[in-house]
Amino acid sequence: MRSPEHVELVRNNPDLPPVAVIDRRPMTTSKKLIFAAIGLVTAIAWALVAFVRGESVNGAYFVVAAVGTYVIAYRFYARLIEYKVVRPRDDRATPGEEHENGRDYAPTDRRVLFGHHFAAIAGAGPLVGPVLAAQMGYLPGTLWIIIGAVLAGCVQDYLVLWLSTRRRGRSLGQMIRDEMGSVGGAAGLIGVFVIMIIILAVLALVVVNALAESPWGVFSVGMTIPIALFMGVYLRYIRPGRVSEVSVIGVVLLVLAIVAGGWVADTTWGAETFTLDKVTVAWLIVGYGFLASVLPVWLLLAPRDYLSTFMKVGTIVLLAVGVIVAQPAVQAPAVSSFAIEGNGPAFAGSLFPFLFITIACGALSGFHALISSGTSPKLVEKESQLRLIGYGGMLTESFVAIMALVTAISIDQHLYFTMNAPATLTGGEPGTAADYVNGLGLAGPPATAADIQGAADSVGEESIVSRTGGAPTLAFGMSQILGSFLGGSAMTAFWYHFAIMFEALFILTTVDAGTRVARFMLSDTLGNLGGPLKKFRDPSWRVGAWICSIVVCGLWGAILLMGVTDPLGGINTLFPLFGIANQLLAAMALALVTVVVVKKGYLKWAWIPAVPLVWDLAVTMTASYQKIFSPEPSLGYWAQHNAFREARDAGETSFGTAADPAAMDAVIRNTFLQGTLSIVFALLVLIVALVALWVCVKAIRAGGLPTTEEPDAESATFAPSGLVTTDAEKEVAAQWTAYYEANPDKIRTGTHA
Amino acid sequence: MSALVARTPGPFDVVRRGWRALTWYVTGVLGESDYQRYVAHLRRAHPDAAVPTVGEFWRDRYAAQDANPGARCC
Repeated sequence: MRSPEHVELVRNNPDLPPVAVIDRRPMTTSKKLIFAAIGLVTAIAWALVAFVRGESVNGAYFVVAAVGTYVIAYRFYARLIEYKVVRPRDDRATPGEEHENGRDYAPTDRRVLFGHHFAAIAGAGPLVGPVLAAQMGYLPGTLWIIIGAVLAGCVQDYLVLWLSTRRRGRSLGQMIRDEMGSVGGAAGLIGVFVIMIIILAVLALVVVNALAESPWGVFSVGMTIPIALFMGVYLRYIRPGRVSEVSVIGVVLLVLAIVAGGWVADTTWGAETFTLDKVTVAWLIVGYGFLASVLPVWLLLAPRDYLSTFMKVGTIVLLAVGVIVAQPAVQAPAVSSFAIEGNGPAFAGSLFPFLFITIACGALSGFHALISSGTSPKLVEKESQLRLIGYGGMLTESFVAIMALVTAISIDQHLYFTMNAPATLTGGEPGTAADYVNGLGLAGPPATAADIQGAADSVGEESIVSRTGGAPTLAFGMSQILGSFLGGSAMTAFWYHFAIMFEALFILTTVDAGTRVARFMLSDTLGNLGGPLKKFRDPSWRVGAWICSIVVCGLWGAILLMGVTDPLGGINTLFPLFGIANQLLAAMALALVTVVVVKKGYLKWAWIPAVPLVWDLAVTMTASYQKIFSPEPSLGYWAQHNAFREARDAGETSFGTAADPAAMDAVIRNTFLQGTLSIVFALLVLIVALVALWVCVKAIRAGGLPTTEEPDAESATFAPSGLVTTDAEKEVAAQWTAYYEANPDKIRTGTHA
Repeated sequence: MSALVARTPGPFDVVRRGWRALTWYVTGVLGESDYQRYVAHLRRAHPDAAVPTVGEFWRDRYAAQDANPGARCC
C-alpha cells in the first residue's frame, strides 16, 4: 500500500485498517502560490477598504477582504491552534462513536454537521449588532467583525467544542463547575440564567420595534403561527418524518403570507385590525412566548425550527449574492464623529468599549459556547473535524455579520439616522426627522420630509421614522440591494417584508426555545432546594412547568415592557445590556478554556484563549464601569437615575425626554433596574474570572493539574478531517469500505452495544 | 463480466448525481435522514430489537426534545 512520505497511518487494532491519518506533508509549491495570491488580493481589498474615501468605496471590497482573511486564518491560525492546543487524536473515539445510540449520540458526516452547527449558532444577533454599529462608520465595525472573529470568536467556539467533545458533550455550566469548583460553577449558572432573560427581552424588543404600526408585518409574521401548527400536525398525523417536504410547503406558505400581507394592509379593515401599537405587540409576544413554551415541541417549535433553517440559509445566500451582484456604493464615512465623541443616537458611548459591546454576535458571541457544548460534540466523528465545525462555523457567522454591515452602510446616511434615532430626537414625523438628521452634519444632500415619506412608501410602511432595533434598517437595506436586480421597485416592498419576516421568525424561535431552557434551569434549581419544592424536578409535572414558564416570561416580559415604554428609547438603553451580557458569557467560556489549557500544562500556548479573554474582560469591565459610574446621564444608568430623581424631588413635572411625572417615574424605575443588572453582571463575571485566575495559579505552581477529561477510548472507525478529502484519506476510506465488504458482521456498533 | 461497458456520464447523470447530493445534504441537515440512521444502527447493534415506525421514532424524538430543550442562538 502506498503511504507517501510524511504521512503517518495510525492503527488501534492490527486487524483493522488505520483509524487516523496524520499528514505532515509540507505545502506543495502550487498551494503556496495559491495562498500567496489569496493573501495579495486580500491585502489589496483591505487597502481599498481602509484608505479609499468617498463614493468609490464598493461594498464588494468588504466581501473580498473578509473571505480572504477567513481563508488565511483558517489555514494558518486555526491550524496553529490545532497543533498546539487541541492536539486532536483521531485514534481516540469521540462521544458519538463511543456512546453511539443512533439518536443523540450518532457520528454524523462532517459537512452535514457543519450545516447543523451553523444553523444552530446563526440567529438575529449578527444581523442586528452590525446595523447599529454602522453609526460609527464602516471601518471600526469591519475591523472588529473580521479580526474579532479570527482571534476571539472562532477560538472560543472551537475550543469550547473541543472541551465538550472530550467530556461526553457536557454543557458549559457543568464544565465550569467541574473545572473551577462550586463557587465558579454557581456564579456561572446564575450568570447564564440572567443573561438568558436579558437576551430574550432585547430580542423580543427588536421584533416589537419591527412590527409596531406595521399591519403588513403583523399579518405576515402572525401567519407563521398557523403555518407552523399546520406543519406540526402534517408531520405527526399525515406524513410523519417528511421534514423537507413539509418545509418546502411551509416556505411556499410563508411567501404567500408575505404577499398577502401587502393586500391585507391595503384594505381598510386590514389596516384597522393589524395596526398595533408597541405595547400591544409586546403583550402579544409575551403571551406567545408563554404558550409556545408550554405547547409540545412537535406542534410549534419543531416546525418553526425547520422554517427558520430554510429561511436562514436561503436569505443569507440571497444577501451574499445581492451584495456581490449589486455592489452597492458605501454611503457611511470610514469613522463617524459619533465614534469619537460617543454621542451617537442609536446607542450611547464611544468606540471603546461600546463598539465591541454592540457587535457581539458576528465577532465574539458567548451564546455560542452554550450551543458548542452539548449537541455538536455528540455528533462529531473525529476530533480533527472540530476545526471545520467550530472555527469554520464561526467564520461563516462572521461573514453573515459583514453582509449585514455592508447592507447598513450602503443606506443613505440621512435615512439611516432617521430610522435609528429614538423618537424623542426625531420627533416621530417626517418633517421633524428631516430637520433632525440635516442638523447632524452628515455627508450627502440633505433629506426632505418628502424623501423620508417616499422611502416609507417604497417599502409599504406608514413611516420609517425612529424604527429602531436594527431589523427595519437591515430590511430596508436588503430591499434596496435585492430590489436593484430582482424585480425592481415593484418588489422592494416585498423584499422589505421578506427580511422582516425572516428576522422575526428567527427571534420568535429563539424566544420559544430560550424560554424553555430558562424554565428548565429554574425548575432544576428550585427542585434542588429540596423540601416541598422537590416536585419541580419532575419535568412531566405540568403545573410546575406552567409556573416556571410564567415566572420566566414575566421576567423577560417586564424588561421588554420597560424597554417599550422607556421615554429614553428602549434599544438605546437596553441593547448595551444585551451586548454586555453576551460578552460576559464569552468571558466565562474563555476563562474556562484558559483554565483547562493551563491545567493541561500547555502554558506556552495559553495566550491563545487568554488574549481574547483579557480583551473581553477589558471591554466588558470598562463598559460596565461606565454604565454604572459615568457622570454623563446619557451613558451612566445611575447618573440618569439620580438626575431624574432630583428633578422629581424638586417638584418638576417634566424633565429631559420625559414629558410628564409618570414618564419621569418610568425613567427612575428603569434606570434603577438597568443599573442593578449591570452591577450583577459585572460581579458574576469578576467572580468567575478571579476563580479562573486562582485555579490557573494553582495549576502553574503544581506544574499542571488533572482535568475532568474522559479517559481515552480506542476508535475503530475512520473519517476524513477537512472539508475536502485528501488523497491519503481517500486511500484509507477505500480500505475501510473493502474491509466492511469482506466482514459485514464487523460494521461499527458503538461500545455500549 | 467482460462486457462491462464504460458509458461516459451524460448531462442527465450529472444532474441526477447533483440532485442526490443535494437531497442527501438537505435531509441530513434538517434531520430527516435520522430515522434511517437510527434503523441502521438498530439493525447493526441490536438485531433483535423491535424497529419503530417513522411515526413512533419522531414521537419519541420530539418527546425527548420536550424533556430536554436546547437553546437557539441569538
